[in-house]
Amino acid sequence: MALQAIAFYVMATVTVFAALAVVLAKNPVHSVLFLITAFFSAAGLFVLLGAEFLAMLLVVVYVGAVAVLFLFVVMMLDVDFVALRQGFARYLPIGGVIAGILTIEMIVVATMVATKGAASRVSGPQASLPDVTNAETIGRVLYTDYVYFFQAAGLVLLVAMIGAIVLTLRHKPGVRRQNVSAQTARNPKSGMRMVDIQPGAGEGE
Amino acid sequence: MIGLTHYLTLAAMLFTIGVFGIFVNRKNIIVILMSIELILLAVNINLVAFSVYLHDVVGQIFAMFVLTVAAAEAAVGLAILVTFFRNRGDIAVDDASVMKG
Repeated sequence: MALQAIAFYVMATVTVFAALAVVLAKNPVHSVLFLITAFFSAAGLFVLLGAEFLAMLLVVVYVGAVAVLFLFVVMMLDVDFVALRQGFARYLPIGGVIAGILTIEMIVVATMVATKGAASRVSGPQASLPDVTNAETIGRVLYTDYVYFFQAAGLVLLVAMIGAIVLTLRHKPGVRRQNVSAQTARNPKSGMRMVDIQPGAGEGE
Repeated sequence: MIGLTHYLTLAAMLFTIGVFGIFVNRKNIIVILMSIELILLAVNINLVAFSVYLHDVVGQIFAMFVLTVAAAEAAVGLAILVTFFRNRGDIAVDDASVMKG
């Protein structure tokens, strides 16, 4: 139990400070790296809760895909990030005050919910059904009761993929591309030209 | 003893850090997108914590869907950002008035 508490506090502290660094870092590349740190320690917290499947999903999807996508875009775009930080100090005090008030309010509500809400009447944490792994517990519900939502999630990803491709695809003028239908539609008549060359004269295009 | 309160507090702090990030980095849309990812992470922590402490696995299923939508959102958002950068040469969003309305 004590070990669990230590693990929680270490990972929670790392998560919060990494999140703060994401927001406050001067260099966006550092922001992305701190984002990866935050997601990693959040995945550790999920393991601590017993939700191993979601923890692994978080690492694979966020660290493997989303964060790398961010890194790719940050490094590809040639942007003057110093100019983008104008007004940073101006909004820092008011933003900090509002964030502080919001945090305190949310913590008060969370404490009330946790101590007096429905969760207070349930005994102890339980991430999976007894004698069943976490992945199987999720699979039993996901592929039965929520199979249509699962399909809809796949559709969302498909639409996002097509949308991203359509948005970033660019046809440069002057780039020669293979025209398959024109190639296969060639016949001897269109592919060959008979030229009557006069002796002593060359033939140019 | 680590209880539901601890996880909810952590999620609340992450959420407000995300909102704070949108506040202070109003020009840098990359950091705004990362702040949105932080907010969604806070939501996921809330969902999983409640799922575990209420013995109801549906919360984890919903967290998975949130993850899916967050990934799709990041992909489309960054694609729009790349297109925007190509058209304008910078990514300052506060003076993004391409449309003359």
